[in-house]
Amino acid sequence: MFSFEVGSLLNIVLILAVGLGASVMMIWVERRFLGFWSDRLGPNRVGPFGCLQVIADAVKMLMKEDWIPPFSDKFVFVIAPMILPIVMLLSLGVMPFAPNIGIMDLNIGLLWIFAMAGLASYSVMLGGLASNNKFALLGALRGAGQMISYEVFMGISVLGVVILSDSFSLREIVEAQADGWFVFPQFFGFIVFMVAAIAESHRWPFDLPEGESEIISGYNTEYSGMKFGLFMIGEYIGMLVMSLLIPILFFGGWMAPFGLEFGNEIISGLFWMGAKTFFFLLFFVLVRAALVRPRYDQLMNYGWLVMLPLALVNLLITGAVVLYQAG
Amino acid sequence: MFKAIGKQIHLIWSQLVSLWLVFLHIFNKADTVEYPDEMPYMFPRWRGRIILTRDPDGEERCVACNLCAVACPVDCISLQKTEDESGRWYPEFFRINFSRCIMCGFCEEACPTHAIQLTPDFEMAEYVRQDMVWEKEHMLIEGTGKYHDYNFYKVAGKAIGGKDKGEAQNELPPVDRRSLMP
Repeated sequence: MFSFEVGSLLNIVLILAVGLGASVMMIWVERRFLGFWSDRLGPNRVGPFGCLQVIADAVKMLMKEDWIPPFSDKFVFVIAPMILPIVMLLSLGVMPFAPNIGIMDLNIGLLWIFAMAGLASYSVMLGGLASNNKFALLGALRGAGQMISYEVFMGISVLGVVILSDSFSLREIVEAQADGWFVFPQFFGFIVFMVAAIAESHRWPFDLPEGESEIISGYNTEYSGMKFGLFMIGEYIGMLVMSLLIPILFFGGWMAPFGLEFGNEIISGLFWMGAKTFFFLLFFVLVRAALVRPRYDQLMNYGWLVMLPLALVNLLITGAVVLYQAG
Repeated sequence: MFKAIGKQIHLIWSQLVSLWLVFLHIFNKADTVEYPDEMPYMFPRWRGRIILTRDPDGEERCVACNLCAVACPVDCISLQKTEDESGRWYPEFFRINFSRCIMCGFCEEACPTHAIQLTPDFEMAEYVRQDMVWEKEHMLIEGTGKYHDYNFYKVAGKAIGGKDKGEAQNELPPVDRRSLMP
């Protein structure tokens, strides 16, 4: 029960605590690095280097009036913000962090994550619909269209990985990368997945459902207090999930690069997994700092006319090469 | 088709370039002025809080001429002239409402005796609105401010106790016009 094996209580508590803590601290890390990248300092007043900023934010959010608009569909309005963090935490459950570290090893881990990502779009849709507000409805429409269309080629782009590793289980995918990361044979798959991952967690520059400068705050216009906080923390957990998924699928998961393993394989695995994840989290922040939001038709054109053909061609070539090598 | 592919490659390239250029900003020094922790250098001519100064002898410079009150575009200065036994004019009260003051410095320009001066002090927030109204005893400092040597009564022709006409600096004794015979 208290040992390092997949599904033990110790693992569950550890992963939940570290996962939630990391995604909460990410709010501060993101704001700090956004500051650095725009020649500012970022939040540095609360605690050492401002690292307790999140606590101040949380206190503010809890103190705020938790207002449910009288014109809204109250039941759905309350349910919608809960869906996002719940499904994101559920998809955190199938992540292999290191040998023997993980909550569950589903043999359909990848499909599970796509199912959860699909459910996450309900949070945006229902939240926007139940608000009974024009801007929220616009945001929900955008969110529905964006997340469903980007899910299509997000799925297709990882099929190359599935073909190469011959498995849907994330742990087996990582183990299949022992003699070479999949980012090299699957480079275009990686690019498509990267773009789709940003769009799927609806972060900048694909934050059209929120679109602050156009539609106020999009689907969460009417949300305040901790309900808005749930949307926000759900988004950050989603960012963490995507940043975990990219190293697992394309960068060898917990495998150390250049044979830089040290000590116990669990400790080394956790270190490298953490380092790779942090790299991609920072990349998400950099993308937010650098790129501008596309127009909605540009977003759709880009998805269906560029990313989908690229993913399909990548899948075709991968399949052909694998079949040729099999003889 | 190749044109379209070339366009897409160019688009992705430009996005990558902007990512790289923004990333390089992490090596820049932040432009932030950490104000409460580090005080910025305030220039001596900064137009901040208004003070009243004294002449080199330690007497009030203000002669209550009301020119500052007239020059003030927001009418935030109010004062009343009175006179001491030696004939010096001075303000009975001198009141500035800093919640109205716009720090234009016109009062300083209008002042004939360098009495009213603006200082680099800009931290003028108060908790109570009435505390923004400053009286003479709050504004009168013990020094000469920006002009160290100027003493109005030493250079002006006005007779006060202990100094008659013609005794000021660079001043000739008054001419007895009855002696000015052609």
